Amino acid sequence: MSDALDRQMIVDMVRSSTMRVCSTMLSLDIACRDAYTEMNPPSGTEGVVSFIGLAGQRAGTGSLHCSSDVACSLASSFLMAAFESVNDEVLDAFGELTNMVIGNLKNQLETHLGPIGLSIPTVIYGRNFNTRSLGHQEWTVVPFLWDGGSLDVKVCLKETKDGEPSVRHGWKHEFLLGV
Amino acid sequence: MAQTLNVLIVDDSAAIRKILQRVLQQTEVPIGSVYEAGDGIEAIAILNDKPVGLIFSDINMPNMDGLQLLGQLRANEAWKAIPVLMITTEGSQAKVMEALDLGASGYVRKPFTADHIKDKLVGLL
Repeated sequence: MSDALDRQMIVDMVRSSTMRVCSTMLSLDIACRDAYTEMNPPSGTEGVVSFIGLAGQRAGTGSLHCSSDVACSLASSFLMAAFESVNDEVLDAFGELTNMVIGNLKNQLETHLGPIGLSIPTVIYGRNFNTRSLGHQEWTVVPFLWDGGSLDVKVCLKETKDGEPSVRHGWKHEFLLGV
Repeated sequence: MAQTLNVLIVDDSAAIRKILQRVLQQTEVPIGSVYEAGDGIEAIAILNDKPVGLIFSDINMPNMDGLQLLGQLRANEAWKAIPVLMITTEGSQAKVMEALDLGASGYVRKPFTADHIKDKLVGLL
């Protein structure tokens, strides 16, 4: 069943999920840019990053990345209040946005992959930090334009051994390095 | 003057509590007081103290989750008739079915609009 799921389908699912959440919760149509793949996120990241673990017939991570300015702008639209710097409310809103985008993606993936479990989102804010996935998986990156900046939705999914549920084996975690 | 409805929102995400409050104001349903709780335990404390006509509750929460809260509400003579709408992100059918079996009045999937919420409220009130 999972053989039928290719990269373009994942890109389309990420786009429809993100655009649906933005149009419903923010009443805004968000423009998407060309998707690409990367092996590991670039180093020296600044801004806000969130992660949600996915576990099922394929296991991996869904992630949202943006600058602190874009995170504040998103939170301002989401909560209808002005935020000029990243605080707990901005991080909470970003975590909830991640929950909705990846939650909707999960619903679409389940039609191809069967039941998938989701972890609780983790949100990180900082300057000059690196993220690294130990599995060296390929990430599908789907960028969206938001308020002059970019909101990147990233997904990596790896087939689990013999199709067994990855929750029994655990999966390789993200690591974060602050400089 | 139209009778107003006191609402209790139970969700561990402050963002969702805030968004739901904003969306409730857009539904044109006459809303009275809106109370907020971060989990089932806080919700029970509010219910002991305030009159509530409708509850929105998340399913996955720390300390006391939405299903445990629902079980307590339906077992309590004073609270068992209060309509409860569950809030869910993933649309996990198993948990939604469990909530409906426990006596939930319905459920709302995130993302939601004012129209979604209004439709649910009109069906209940």
